[in-house]
Amino acid sequence: MTLLPSIKPLAIVNGQPWQKLPKDLYIPPEALAVCLEQFEGPLDLLLYLIRKHNLDILDIPVFSVTQQYLAYIHAMDTARVELAAEYLVMAAYLVEIKSRLLLPPSAEDPGSSGAEDDHNIDNDPRAELVARLLEYQQFQQAALHLDAQPHWQRDLLPVYVFLPPIPQQTQWLPVAAHELGSLWSALCERNRVNTQHIIQPERFSTQARMGQLLQRLRQQHNWLSFIQLLKACEGRAGVVVTFLALLELIKEGHVEAEHTTQTLAVRAHEPL
Amino acid sequence: MNPSEDETQQLIEAAIFSALEPVPSGQLMRLLSGADAETQLAHILNTLQQHYQGRGVELVQVASGWRFQVPASLAPALAPLYPEKPKRLSRVILETLAIIAYRQPITRAEIEALRGVAVSAEVIKNLLDRQWICSLGPKELPGRPMQYGTSDAFLNYFNLQTLADLPHWLQENENTEIPKLDH
Repeated sequence: MTLLPSIKPLAIVNGQPWQKLPKDLYIPPEALAVCLEQFEGPLDLLLYLIRKHNLDILDIPVFSVTQQYLAYIHAMDTARVELAAEYLVMAAYLVEIKSRLLLPPSAEDPGSSGAEDDHNIDNDPRAELVARLLEYQQFQQAALHLDAQPHWQRDLLPVYVFLPPIPQQTQWLPVAAHELGSLWSALCERNRVNTQHIIQPERFSTQARMGQLLQRLRQQHNWLSFIQLLKACEGRAGVVVTFLALLELIKEGHVEAEHTTQTLAVRAHEPL
Repeated sequence: MNPSEDETQQLIEAAIFSALEPVPSGQLMRLLSGADAETQLAHILNTLQQHYQGRGVELVQVASGWRFQVPASLAPALAPLYPEKPKRLSRVILETLAIIAYRQPITRAEIEALRGVAVSAEVIKNLLDRQWICSLGPKELPGRPMQYGTSDAFLNYFNLQTLADLPHWLQENENTEIPKLDH
């Protein structure tokens, strides 16, 4: 266990006396408070301190690291309490490790040599912290490696090519039964909405027939039987229209009608 | 009438060039005929890769397929044409991503234990939004915390084909460095 004496030399790191403070060894806590957000948590800060001290991660001088660590979080806890919480947990952990290092080795432990010895690692209270630091350090390196990989659209640029219009090929897809069903109801609905009203022109107009009849009867100046007025090609509808037209003409007094038992005869009234 | 080998090669080249996303081999195979489509395709892709060596574009295979890209070595020199620099990825994003990549499936609490600090919901959301990670279902623990893993989009982004392309030293270190404590 390396104990830092409070007298000269300034410090002993790994058994080596240090007379001068390395330039980057110590950052004033006030300065650190500014760049606190740079640190990704207590493990990151610890690793930073260990690196700045050029210390062996496997042989952390807990006392000195804890002292600096506490100085830093002291600066930090006034500024950002919620940020400091995780750092305080680590501080408590460091102090715990330190106090366990100071305890005499447990008598029940047969493996213990009894000497307070840096190389007695089996029971070293630092072991768990060292393992966590090493693991975290690996992920820091992994993150650096990822960052060093070429990034798409930053280091690797996509290649754009003009694509002329591609003729669309009809894709025949399998049809499910329910799709047929909904298609059918859609068709029915469409049919219902789009009901067609076909307006067919009248083949025979009563009005026109009245004119034709009157003209013919006037030319005739004589009685004509109803049958003579019909045209075979006009069929049944022709009979109806001619009869209706005749009734109209009689009603309006243009035509007079007589009938025998055999036949109905009509003739035009002489114009008055 | 079967197309000649040159025509097939042109077709494959055009297919990869015209696609906006990496084209999976299976898709390219649809442009080929014959029983040996797979070896045919491997041969064509190999020829194309060699053809484009030392040119302004390169043909590479990433996780979800084949794509043409400008080689990373040319990107810095092209910077004057692209004045807007894409933002760097933050350390918390990179570290979280690295932990997920190596330790998936992993829950947020497990990431926090490794980093010794809380992982904010925004970081996870950011990674999910970029589609670099995806949910792998809940872990059977109290509270059923969600587990995360990396996606093909993550590999595509970092120009990787598989997770095995990431360095293996993490595992090696675990077996070599820490036991050193015991000597």
